Amino acid sequence: MLTKTQIETIRKDFPYLAATSYVYFDNGATTQKPEAVIDSIADYYQHSNGNPHRGAHHFAIAATDAYEGARARVAEFLNAPEAESCVFVRNATEGLNLIAYSWALEHLTEGDEILISIMEHHSNFVTWQYVAEKTGAVLKILRLDEHMQITDEELASKLTPNTKLFSITAASNVVGTMPDVKAMIEKVKRVCGAVCIVDGAQYVPHHAVDVQDIGCDFFVFSGHKMVSAMGIGVLYGKLELLNTMKPFMYGGEMIEYVYEDHATFAPSPQRFEAGTVNVGGAVSLAKAIDYLNAIGMEEIFEYESALTTYAYDKLKALDYVEVYTTDNARRSPVLSFNIKGAHPHDVASILDSYHIAVRSGHHCTQPLHRALGNNFSCRASLAFYNTFEEVDYFVDKLQEVRRLLGLESQ
Amino acid sequence: MNLNDIYTELILEQSRNKRNRRHLDNPDFVELGHNPSCGDEITLEVKVDAQNIVDASYTGVGCAISQASTSIMIDTIKGLDADKAHELAVKFIAMVKGEIDDPDELDELDDAVAFESIKNLPARVKCAVLPWYTLKEMIEKDISTQSFES
Repeated sequence: MLTKTQIETIRKDFPYLAATSYVYFDNGATTQKPEAVIDSIADYYQHSNGNPHRGAHHFAIAATDAYEGARARVAEFLNAPEAESCVFVRNATEGLNLIAYSWALEHLTEGDEILISIMEHHSNFVTWQYVAEKTGAVLKILRLDEHMQITDEELASKLTPNTKLFSITAASNVVGTMPDVKAMIEKVKRVCGAVCIVDGAQYVPHHAVDVQDIGCDFFVFSGHKMVSAMGIGVLYGKLELLNTMKPFMYGGEMIEYVYEDHATFAPSPQRFEAGTVNVGGAVSLAKAIDYLNAIGMEEIFEYESALTTYAYDKLKALDYVEVYTTDNARRSPVLSFNIKGAHPHDVASILDSYHIAVRSGHHCTQPLHRALGNNFSCRASLAFYNTFEEVDYFVDKLQEVRRLLGLESQ
Repeated sequence: MNLNDIYTELILEQSRNKRNRRHLDNPDFVELGHNPSCGDEITLEVKVDAQNIVDASYTGVGCAISQASTSIMIDTIKGLDADKAHELAVKFIAMVKGEIDDPDELDELDDAVAFESIKNLPARVKCAVLPWYTLKEMIEKDISTQSFES
């Protein structure tokens, strides 16, 4: 496992962590960025800036190399069979919307079923509500058991030959559940051959990914949750599927031939990348992948798991804290909780005054919170640069929150 | 900033106070206030007699600041006419935005002045103003239809 010394060295790579005394526990929202990633953006704009794919001069070629090099890096990271199956988008949300508009709205009709789970982020929830409303398809929702897991029986009871689309998160941003998406997709494919989407936004920062092994048709994630810049994300899709889909946006660069009365479109990925693209973001994502790979995704998952279990056990031991994170030790480093009698906003404000950053609210998962019997919660989401000492400090300060809110005597 | 300035005894006490947290019998006006980004939600109920607010109450869920702000607002506006209540709502919102320099101007806000230091905690401003915006919305809507005179 990563040693304390190694973590201290890693922390020095992150200017924000090095410059402040903050305990940053909002990694599920976005991670801090290492210097190498920040520098890669400046480096790109200083040395390779041009408009990729358009022009025969040095600058355009340098930008094309940087952009397509980043795509190749992403494909390798996901074990995608070819770079063309990786489309750059703004974020996981845009990836899901692209699938909704370009595939689902074109293929689903009345009587078809869309299957998701109650723990989906709004981007993997509201999007399908919209598609269902537009097409007449029925949205079905998998529920969680008391361990915050989706049982085989639950899947079997909701899966029917009419299921045409199955979309599931690989890691919940609230309860930390990491469903066995590979096994679920195998079952879905056996029963109905539905198109299977994996929302990897909360998964890729913590775990190695192999899209071919998972067997999904689409996989989406955001760069900013895995130490790269904001505004860059990836939609992986099976190439034969991507190339049959309608474009999502129309304009420059995504075309093949344009006539006065019609146009034909380029194959993936250009088909889905209309307009000038975010080369700086793509370069920063490639650098982020290099950075994480240098530490090792397995090492990251092992360390974060140990850190999460340590924090989970400490929180569970407090009788004034209600914990919503799954009790399954294979989980994402997310600790969702409420202090009994306190509202998460008050908790987060008070923790902030002790320089601890946690999230408060519904975390874009209102249906899940309703299912948990709450409107909102606090969330401490960890990353590989967090330490056991930070967890101790955070848990210690929860008592201070109670004191300041006058809850100690209750 | 020192959070003791925000989580004062008055605010903590008012956030738990059940006196104003109830339903009215046949309220004349009911208005929902909601901060969708955080889930805070209050329903304000008001009874009027000849433009005067004779009773008010609220139900809902929210943080200590939004709950206390609602309860204190109810104490403040009872007995006032709609125009005055509207004027105070505008003043309260200006206060937490840091737009009022003269402390004398704030006197009529009474206990609601306790939220003045919220201006130093930008993330929580929306919690404090939620009930006042709800009230303002209610009055503006009802003044426009002149139904506040009912």
